[in-house]
Amino acid sequence: MQPILEVDSLKVVLQTKQRTIHAVNNVTFHVRTGETVGLVGESGSGKSITCRSILQLLPTPQGKVVGGGIRFAGKDLLSYSKKQMQELRGREIGMVLQDPMSSLDPVYRVGEQLVETLRTHTKISKKDAWQKAVELLRLVGIPSPEKRVHDYPHQMSGGMRQRVMIALAICCDPKLLLADEPTTALDVTVQDQVLSLMKEIQQRLGMAILIVTHNLGVVAEMCDRVVVLYAGKVMETAATSDLFQTPRHAYTLGLIHSVPRIESEEKLEGIPGTLPDMSHAIKCCPFRERCSFATSECSFDEHTQLKEVAPGHWSACFHHERVCTQA
Amino acid sequence: MEILRVHFILQRLIQLIPVVFGISIVSFLIIHLIPGDPASIMLGSRATPENVQQLTAQMGLDKPLYDQYLIFLQNLVQGDLGKSILLKQSVNTLISERLGTTFFLVMYASVLSLLVSIPIALWSAMKKDSLLDNGFRTLSIFGLAMPSFWIGILLMLLFSIKIKLFPVSGYGKNFIGHLYYLFLPALTITCSLAPVLVRPLRSKIINVFSSEYIEAARARGLKEHQIILNHVLRNAISGTVTILGVNIGWLLGGSIVIETIFSVPGLGQLLINSILSRDYPIIQGLVLVFAILVIVVNLLTDLCYAWLDPRVDLE
Ligand SMILES: Nc1ncnc2c1ncn2[C@@H]1O[C@H](COP(=O)(O)OP(=O)(O)OP(=O)(O)O)[C@@H](O)[C@H]1O
Ligand code: SF4
Ligand SMILES: [Mg+2]
Repeated sequence: MQPILEVDSLKVVLQTKQRTIHAVNNVTFHVRTGETVGLVGESGSGKSITCRSILQLLPTPQGKVVGGGIRFAGKDLLSYSKKQMQELRGREIGMVLQDPMSSLDPVYRVGEQLVETLRTHTKISKKDAWQKAVELLRLVGIPSPEKRVHDYPHQMSGGMRQRVMIALAICCDPKLLLADEPTTALDVTVQDQVLSLMKEIQQRLGMAILIVTHNLGVVAEMCDRVVVLYAGKVMETAATSDLFQTPRHAYTLGLIHSVPRIESEEKLEGIPGTLPDMSHAIKCCPFRERCSFATSECSFDEHTQLKEVAPGHWSACFHHERVCTQA
Repeated sequence: MEILRVHFILQRLIQLIPVVFGISIVSFLIIHLIPGDPASIMLGSRATPENVQQLTAQMGLDKPLYDQYLIFLQNLVQGDLGKSILLKQSVNTLISERLGTTFFLVMYASVLSLLVSIPIALWSAMKKDSLLDNGFRTLSIFGLAMPSFWIGILLMLLFSIKIKLFPVSGYGKNFIGHLYYLFLPALTITCSLAPVLVRPLRSKIINVFSSEYIEAARARGLKEHQIILNHVLRNAISGTVTILGVNIGWLLGGSIVIETIFSVPGLGQLLINSILSRDYPIIQGLVLVFAILVIVVNLLTDLCYAWLDPRVDLE
């Protein structure tokens, strides 16, 4: 199937007064219609920045796309005008942010915010928009939506607010939903509910989801495919089951090993070390300094390019075969 | 919510009682705190002993202090503020005739200040640390540092004497007339009030701009003007209302000076004239009215704040 979203060699820098951060460095991936893709990696690896650059919502004035392309439904988003982008956001691509406690405007009723969004993108009367708002709240599983539509955000729990955020993101039937750590700020029990809600809505609307997370549990539950990001570079991308069963990148292997297993007494390994300095574009395997497989070849750009190492399985690891046998 | 609000207002009104009581004592004592015989002081040096005696009897100044206070309080409860000595009119009428004017001026100045402050604050916030932002900052300091009577005289010289755009004095006959006649006085107050409002509003706007719900609003595809007007300003403005409310006493004080400069027939002018002519009943009445005004405006401010920010719990 034709990808709905294609990100091609994307490069994003963040220019602060003190330094330049190459937050996204040659990232390539795609999301197909109806598919769920996970963007994983540890904190600071550039997941949010990648996600935001799709909607051109990079932090201003620091953030800037300096190379590559983003195509959505075949159209080059980077050539879009401000107005075209504004019309696209919320209508063709919805976005759910991490913290539901602060993502809703505190001075408006949730219904008002839904109506505002609906009326920005569609010609619909106020009355019909309120009706639709109630329907949307019902769709995202909020009990007695006729009443709750008049609630202010502070009158709702975190889980409910995240449901409202989802309702806001999908109110115009977008083709793609970007979810930047949609459950990180929620209680564990609520996390599951929100994730299954997203799956349910996806099936109903047939939209694609790009979900950002650092939680492999979420990936296992939600995603068809995974893109593993590290220091602004794609390390590995593969179908979820493939990736978990036969990881072909030392970093992915480390990530999988660092997930605590409830049934085992094994202690959490974690990956020792921290992200490399990203103030220059890294031209080798960025994981080199923390990698137990590392050899001298890993310092060369040409050996650590993303390549298809098995059907549909891409890895940037020079020692992908060794990693594969270890797993 | 409505019940809560009514409850809140009632509670605040009940809290008002002891405050008003205290103010009544202060305003009552004004006459008695001046050394010497109140009646002869009020009448001045040309008064005959008969005059003095007559006034003493009329005002009950020969009675014991607590009796006098009780009478004062009794009249007060009935809404009677007494009678002016010089103007031979009831203080009630004198004040109520002028209350509207002062109220109009204060409201006019507040609205004008908001109309000036909001765009400046927004502009400074969006162009943070630019030449423009720094320019406005300097201008605010200038506005704060200059005494308002000086600004008033300057504006009068410029706009009514040099280019004859606005009248030198007066109040006008109807609403439009009021707006026209009071423009310079209101502008004068604005010059000192706007700087007080702009800085906090600017930093609040900067704060709101970087908040997550504004980012989420962008992600929803709202238009930039929608975001600025409906979300950024709407969230930033509630603090400004509080600052306005807190400054109401200062505003009233300021309007006294301004009314005198522009000969606006308001409470300020009445107060100055009464002080000059030692017309104590009027002064007493005005002290009371000013104090109650400040309290009522503060109550209104709290209600307004709660109305602007649904998270505020009126309890
Ligand atoms: N507003 C900003 N100004 C400057 N640098 C930023 C800004 N936002 C992010 N960065 C930097 O960009 C890099 C990538 O950040 P990003 O937010 O994409 O990470 P992430 O993978 O989403 O991490 P997390 O899991 O913590 O959300 C980091 O090095 C971060 O320090
Ligand atoms: S390329 Fe080399 S350094 Fe990088 S992850 Fe693979 S083995 Fe480790
Ligand atoms: Mg992030």
